Amino acid sequence: MTDKNVLAAYATRLGDNALIIGQRMIELVAAGPELEEELANANFALDYIGQARMFFSYAGECEGAGRSEDDFAFLRPEHEYQNLLLVEQPNGHFGDAIVRQVLFDSWYLALLEVLTRCSDEGISDIAARACKEVRYHLRHSSQWLVRLGDGTDESHARVQQSLNDLWKFTGEMFVPDDLDDEMRSAFNGPHLEVLETQWRADVAAIVAEATLDLPDDQWMASGGKQGRHTEHFGFLLAEMQIMQRTFPGATW
Amino acid sequence: MVETIYKPEQILEWLSDVADPEIPVLTIMDLGIVRDVECNGGVTVSLTPTYSGCPATEAIEASVVAALEERGVAKISIRRVLAPAWTTDWISQEGREKLRVYGIAPPQRRDRPIICPRCDSSNTELVSEFGSTACKASYRCVDCLEPFEYFKCL
Repeated sequence: MTDKNVLAAYATRLGDNALIIGQRMIELVAAGPELEEELANANFALDYIGQARMFFSYAGECEGAGRSEDDFAFLRPEHEYQNLLLVEQPNGHFGDAIVRQVLFDSWYLALLEVLTRCSDEGISDIAARACKEVRYHLRHSSQWLVRLGDGTDESHARVQQSLNDLWKFTGEMFVPDDLDDEMRSAFNGPHLEVLETQWRADVAAIVAEATLDLPDDQWMASGGKQGRHTEHFGFLLAEMQIMQRTFPGATW
Repeated sequence: MVETIYKPEQILEWLSDVADPEIPVLTIMDLGIVRDVECNGGVTVSLTPTYSGCPATEAIEASVVAALEERGVAKISIRRVLAPAWTTDWISQEGREKLRVYGIAPPQRRDRPIICPRCDSSNTELVSEFGSTACKASYRCVDCLEPFEYFKCL
């Protein structure tokens, strides 16, 4: 791949993660357990969608084929999305959604921090902007994890179950593929094995404060980065893309 | 036709009439999001978005173009500058005062108390870390009992 193609593909992948986690949070709008959480969720979803727009616009620019942010978001088939399986998992109950946020945000923040020091200015500028937001999101989701884990017997048991259920989606965050390797060698991108050490320590600290147990090592699901998704993803895309699929180019 | 060459100072003065769509007492100059103005035949204005998903970004860009077109400027282009990322430290002293008068407590260093914009009491409490827009939190004054918004430090 040429350098520009590496950047286009990598920015698309970053955009996919931000877009899909944002879309899942949008599904929660008007379903928050209290007003404060409702506002937090909607504001955070907006941050992720904003980051996705910046990454997709940059991907389109590097690709040079005239694709817009909307083309990336709404007009690609399922197998072209390279987001992590974790971010497409359904919202479930509130504890499930919070655990998903903690596991993802702690990884995403560590990744973005490395990307602020990568040698491509396009990516590092967006990462610097996004870091500030994701740091705030992680603080919020961690506080909720502590409240639920260190709450009642019921909330503790349920959020421990969420953690056990979602753990199998964390493995692929640290398995580099060709694109990760090229990003690392050509642009001083993240070293995923190093990131894993930091992520494990960060998550272990939050989980311990929440009086929860880290799940045992287990079989890990993978395939998101290769475009092989879980059964939930088609439904998510169907809802997200319906307007542009039905009325291509529609604007309002 | 002879092209008018504008002075950046002139453009900046015109831009100080452009209000923020979400907090209309602030202009975009008060907010500190105008990073640069270049005049070379056309006019290029560099703007930094506040938050990634800020819905006001496009509205602000459109108002900048409209404000300059109104003054007869042709060939206007907008450049989005992401780095360095915007921080509330760039809000001008005048902007902070306008916020306070409007009823929004201006951003404070984390170790300082949030002052009630109505009665100046520092005896205030957090109601919600989130408010009507991504950039604000909700507070209440324990002395005058009025609820108010706080522009979060970013």
